[in-house]
Amino acid sequence: MEIVVPVKMVPDVVEELEIDASGRTLDRSFLKLRINEFDEHAVEEALLLKEKHGGKVTVVALDAPEVDEALFTCLAKGADRIVKVIGGPEEAVTSHEAARILGEVLKSIPCDLVLTGVQSAEDRDGQVGPLLAGILGLPHVSVVSAVDLLEGGRSVVVKQEYAGGLMAEIEVDLPALLGIQAAGHSPRYASVSKVRQLMKTAKIDEVAVTAAPSSSGSEVLRLFKPEAAGRAKMLEGSPEEVADQLVALFSEKGFVKG
Amino acid sequence: MANDIFVLVEHLDGKVSEITFELLGTGKDLAAASGGRLVAVLLGSGARGFASELGAADQVLSVEHPALADYTPEAFKRTLGALVQSRGPRVLLVASTAIGMDQATGLSADLGWPLVAYAREVALAGGGLKVVSQIYGGKILAEVEVKGDHAIVSVLAGASPADKGKLAGNPAIEDVAPTASLDNLRMRFKRLLRPEAGDVDITKEAVLVSVGRGIGSQDNIPIVQDLADALGAALSCSRPIVDQGWLAKTRQVGKSGMNVKPKLYIAIGISGAPEHLEGMRSAATIVAINTDSGAPIFDVAHYGVAADLFDLLPLLTERIRSARA
Repeated sequence: MEIVVPVKMVPDVVEELEIDASGRTLDRSFLKLRINEFDEHAVEEALLLKEKHGGKVTVVALDAPEVDEALFTCLAKGADRIVKVIGGPEEAVTSHEAARILGEVLKSIPCDLVLTGVQSAEDRDGQVGPLLAGILGLPHVSVVSAVDLLEGGRSVVVKQEYAGGLMAEIEVDLPALLGIQAAGHSPRYASVSKVRQLMKTAKIDEVAVTAAPSSSGSEVLRLFKPEAAGRAKMLEGSPEEVADQLVALFSEKGFVKG
Repeated sequence: MANDIFVLVEHLDGKVSEITFELLGTGKDLAAASGGRLVAVLLGSGARGFASELGAADQVLSVEHPALADYTPEAFKRTLGALVQSRGPRVLLVASTAIGMDQATGLSADLGWPLVAYAREVALAGGGLKVVSQIYGGKILAEVEVKGDHAIVSVLAGASPADKGKLAGNPAIEDVAPTASLDNLRMRFKRLLRPEAGDVDITKEAVLVSVGRGIGSQDNIPIVQDLADALGAALSCSRPIVDQGWLAKTRQVGKSGMNVKPKLYIAIGISGAPEHLEGMRSAATIVAINTDSGAPIFDVAHYGVAADLFDLLPLLTERIRSARA
């Protein structure tokens, strides 16, 4: 089975995020980028399917700072081919723009299955997966947590997750595109030494696209931080003092009774 | 028509989802501003009866077809896409859920309509549509202006109170046959899986000690289990803990897990992604312990501690044990 996994570098939301002087975008000068964590699950699910049924996994990423190391990490985990798309816009792209570029690239990479992360932290104009599926004309399911290839290899059964722990099993004909919420198990690690070694010996395939700015039909007027920040009453002091305050609080509310 | 506000009614397992009523509430304000009608779009087979719950809408468009008996992204998208394209509403509101993601984003691609996702606020003023979208794990909001005559907005849970959209009434029902072909579908519904009863029902517990990514490793879970035991509480968790396989799915709080409303919710090493907050923000008392004082969890917590859980928890557990002794 040929599987393609488009991955995206996104700001690490664990870090402090600053808005730039224009007020319309993040200050990218000190921004730490990482591979979108849902994309890591998509890569893992692809590797699990390959291990079970054979085939090839190709990981495709748009050019971005730190993308080479992310791609070599995918290779170290077991991907067969890594592809970097160059010549696209240099700044952060909208999901519509990313999908348009990936659509162009994927037309020349035939495959049975495209797996994307279900969403990313930057998807204000929607998720890349369903947009890309629309462009490629593939059936698509969002929020998928399990993928099983059926006998004959012409369709998969997936679990789509809803609220309250409810799930549906849906059979989808291949080729198809799935938005992965969680892989069958947590994403594997690649050792740093293996990644370093591959960076010296292996090669990233580069595919060039033409930058043709397209509009998502919407414009960001400003970015701002939510105001409610700090609504919590913060308890200060040494760990011992804080522990005492919490015990007092729990006792007062009747959760700790002597 | 061109001023109408459409709301996709989400229903699963024989019930209209709560978020649909929130969307109707938002849609009412938009329809008042646009001068159009609020139209609820109800797709299904035997789902027409839900119209009686949709009194907030001026009209219900009901499409009944065997291929719509159970939700599948493709059949619903074909049907909704053809309907929306022919009717041309000003705004299509869809819930920010799995179904909403399939439909809102899929239709933005199919119809070429602009889309704003993760909306917390939606407003029409002077003919212009403005949406506040919540991005970067809830740390940043983007005020977005949407151009054109039509737009799709997928709205987060909690953007508008559900009560506002839960009105009695008998909206006019227009029965519409699907105009898009529902033959040659490339996906088939197999079955619905309801959550298994676990060892504990976290929706019924008075006190939850909830653990997130900050715990670092499965080997550290006993540190929070000890605290839960000392408090006589149940252990719950955020999504990453389940994805890692460290705790069972039945323990998961949040969008794709359980909605909980305990008397006390202690969030430990949980940063507070929007998907998690959605499932626990109505707890009576929320205490959050996290190393990052800027974490969104502190926006919904009543009491916060910006500290290392590994320093604090053993002390806290010990003190609770002595207080109870």
